[in-house]
Amino acid sequence: MVGLELLQRLLSEGKVSRREFIAQAAALGATAAFSQSIFASNAFAGDEPRRGGRLRIGISGGSTTDTIDPAASTDMMNQILINGQLGNSLVEIDHENKPIPELAESWESSPDARIWNFKLRKGVEFHNGKTMDADDVIHSLNHHRGEDTKSAAKVIVDSIEEIKKEDKYTISIVLKSGNADFPFLLSDYHLIIAPATSDFTDGIFSGGYILQQYEPGVRAFATKNPNYFKSDRAFFDEVETLGINDVNARTNALKTGQIDIMNRCELKTVHLLKKMKGIEIIRQNGFKHYTFAMQCDTAPYNSNDVRLALKYGVDREKLLETILRGYGSIGNDHPISTANRYHASELPQRQFDPDKAKFHLKKAGITDASFDFHTSEAAFSGAIDAGVIYKETAAKAGITINVVREPNDGYWSNVWMKKPWCAVFWGGRPTEDMMFSTAYAADAAWNDTSWKNNRFNELLVTARAELDEAKRRAMYVEMQSIVRDDGGVVVPMFAADLAATSDKIAHGPVSANWELDGLRAPERWWFKS
Amino acid sequence: MNKLAAMITKRIVFGVLTLFAISLLIFVGVEALPGDLAEAILGQNATPETIQAFRTELKLDLPAHERYFAWINAFVHGDLGKSLANGRPIAEVIGWRFANSLLLAGATALFAIPLAIILGLLAAIYRDSWFDKCISMVTLSAISLPEFFVAYILIALLSVQIFLFPSISNINDQMSVFQKMHAIFLPCLTLAFVVVGHMMRMTRAAIINVLSSPFIEMAKLKGIGRKRIIVKHALPNALSPIINVVVLNLAYLVVGVVVVEVVFVYPGLGQLLVDAVSKRDLPVVQASGLIFAATYVFLNLTADVLSMLSNPKLRNPR
Repeated sequence: MVGLELLQRLLSEGKVSRREFIAQAAALGATAAFSQSIFASNAFAGDEPRRGGRLRIGISGGSTTDTIDPAASTDMMNQILINGQLGNSLVEIDHENKPIPELAESWESSPDARIWNFKLRKGVEFHNGKTMDADDVIHSLNHHRGEDTKSAAKVIVDSIEEIKKEDKYTISIVLKSGNADFPFLLSDYHLIIAPATSDFTDGIFSGGYILQQYEPGVRAFATKNPNYFKSDRAFFDEVETLGINDVNARTNALKTGQIDIMNRCELKTVHLLKKMKGIEIIRQNGFKHYTFAMQCDTAPYNSNDVRLALKYGVDREKLLETILRGYGSIGNDHPISTANRYHASELPQRQFDPDKAKFHLKKAGITDASFDFHTSEAAFSGAIDAGVIYKETAAKAGITINVVREPNDGYWSNVWMKKPWCAVFWGGRPTEDMMFSTAYAADAAWNDTSWKNNRFNELLVTARAELDEAKRRAMYVEMQSIVRDDGGVVVPMFAADLAATSDKIAHGPVSANWELDGLRAPERWWFKS
Repeated sequence: MNKLAAMITKRIVFGVLTLFAISLLIFVGVEALPGDLAEAILGQNATPETIQAFRTELKLDLPAHERYFAWINAFVHGDLGKSLANGRPIAEVIGWRFANSLLLAGATALFAIPLAIILGLLAAIYRDSWFDKCISMVTLSAISLPEFFVAYILIALLSVQIFLFPSISNINDQMSVFQKMHAIFLPCLTLAFVVVGHMMRMTRAAIINVLSSPFIEMAKLKGIGRKRIIVKHALPNALSPIINVVVLNLAYLVVGVVVVEVVFVYPGLGQLLVDAVSKRDLPVVQASGLIFAATYVFLNLTADVLSMLSNPKLRNPR
């Protein structure tokens, strides 16, 4: 099946067309059953969505310290509950990574993309019976703004200068500077709309399911919202969300039929799970990627030759095969994934090249330095092994890497952005601008490489306000090439999301922006009859 | 009896002092961990402003001793406080979980303790027979295997291969008592494997120890049967060490089952404590730590009282 898996990867990266894929897959003798997961199209079998049943999701990423407040939502259990069941945003992302209307019915911007008018959907009812209007939307967005907010989404809405109520169903948002991708920002999983009287602690939103029971990190139980404004969504009668952080427990529960969906399969055993009857694996190639971030203002990483030497010193294919067992794709030292709209497929892929690495190291005037690479399992699963493999391959290029194992506890506050070179996890962003503005802009709070490139920062601002597709694409391609050749990150690989379901579950094409169909599995999926 | 009452009073006073010392240790320990609640919760999403907002609201910016005294003041007035992470009252967060922990421990103890003592007695009666050796080997292997391994074997056999019992034991209020018992069967069995060996070996050793005493020799010379000697003469005199090991295992069943809770997704106190420590949610750590400590203090006291009552010399002092 190696041939088919390679083919699937090429297809998902857009390197072969769907027609070529089908022809090649047929040549390999693959049946429709194998290709289902890649087109993610059980629905193509012609069965209409069916209503009813209790969906049970076993989810990793829950903690007993969670709260129902979307501003504090940090991991999967709350995201699949708040975004997939209870609430809605103004904008939704579909399976082609395009923004589509959700609570906003339509939107338009001024020519400089600075002022955005959103027409709100009429007749949307919250779970407490109140009808949604502009006041609710403004209240919900302001929850993440201002001096004393504790919201993790503060950075995302920082670009908003003012929110104005035009009439009962229209709001106008004035940005500090133009942003052609602004609707994407409003799809963020924190920006859920609640009634204007809400303090965001009661779970009352507008979504397809109504919260009945909630025990953080343990269990949530929700029932169908009979007054849901989408008629073609939310097919289940009841949804039970179970926090199961142990991957073996999750897998066993799925195998024994105690749950219908699990997220985050164990990479080491997923090939065995795949063979089991009655279980289907869903692979999403999204934006998630790992980086090795160097602080560009700290010696020796202030020399671009050192950075290039380290970029040439990593064997991406080997890391992908060992750490991700092939469930992902190799990176090209920039954070833009093949799932993004303006991915620069024309840039040559950077390869492991000991000679070039030696050359750049020599050019930097460093002969026998050793580089401390700080890593921990908290960065991503397998990050320590990744460091060790990196050390081994880099040694072939005469680079000495010293792998420093850091504690999991407090990794994000004590190691990330503090140590000159460390392993980092990025969930990725659906747009180029969000990704670059979050972690690569000179003034970004999370510019974890302290990288300041004037041309890049100019382009970032220009591209953001540009509404012409072709011009935007050219600019984003140039930016990817700048990050690749000058930036402070080694991006060895993008990781795929792996979920598994029982074969009773059916779904249409899945969105790759977040795990489990862009967090929408409970709303978009259904039980086969 | 006066001596007993005096001892109980003394032990309770010491127990309370121990709890205070422990609360101080927990506080210092959590303070010594890197980072605080704001950083732990926001993780990679943190910015200096949001962290500051968190600290101001939760008074994390006050000096450590002020926070400790504020907490202890509320505690002695019967207020456990609220979870810093999600603002829920701690009594509400902990109450049902502690009840769950007790349910698991109780259900296990109910069949593990009699089983262990009976097996121990049988092993002593048929000392050095094939039965004794078999029992010793099985129980010793069960102790030596890590509990998660036993758990996975049981899941593979009794849940995946033949579906007799569920592999996850996430009990909730919507379940009946029978459903709950069915759901917690596998974790109970796992825990029983771990504790039975220990208690059974101790029972056997204590009885064999007593068997070498002169009064047993006397009983033998009188011509009393072996079973009668062991059950009527040796067992009452071996009760004190047996009670001690049983109670220690009970304490383990309440406070030491985090791994089993994780494997079986059982909503007990263990997972709560782990999450609270990793998020630096101090009031929750304090409250659960003190519950664990109090369980130990209480069970140890029980053990002492019971061994005293089981010993006529201590029961009727001259």
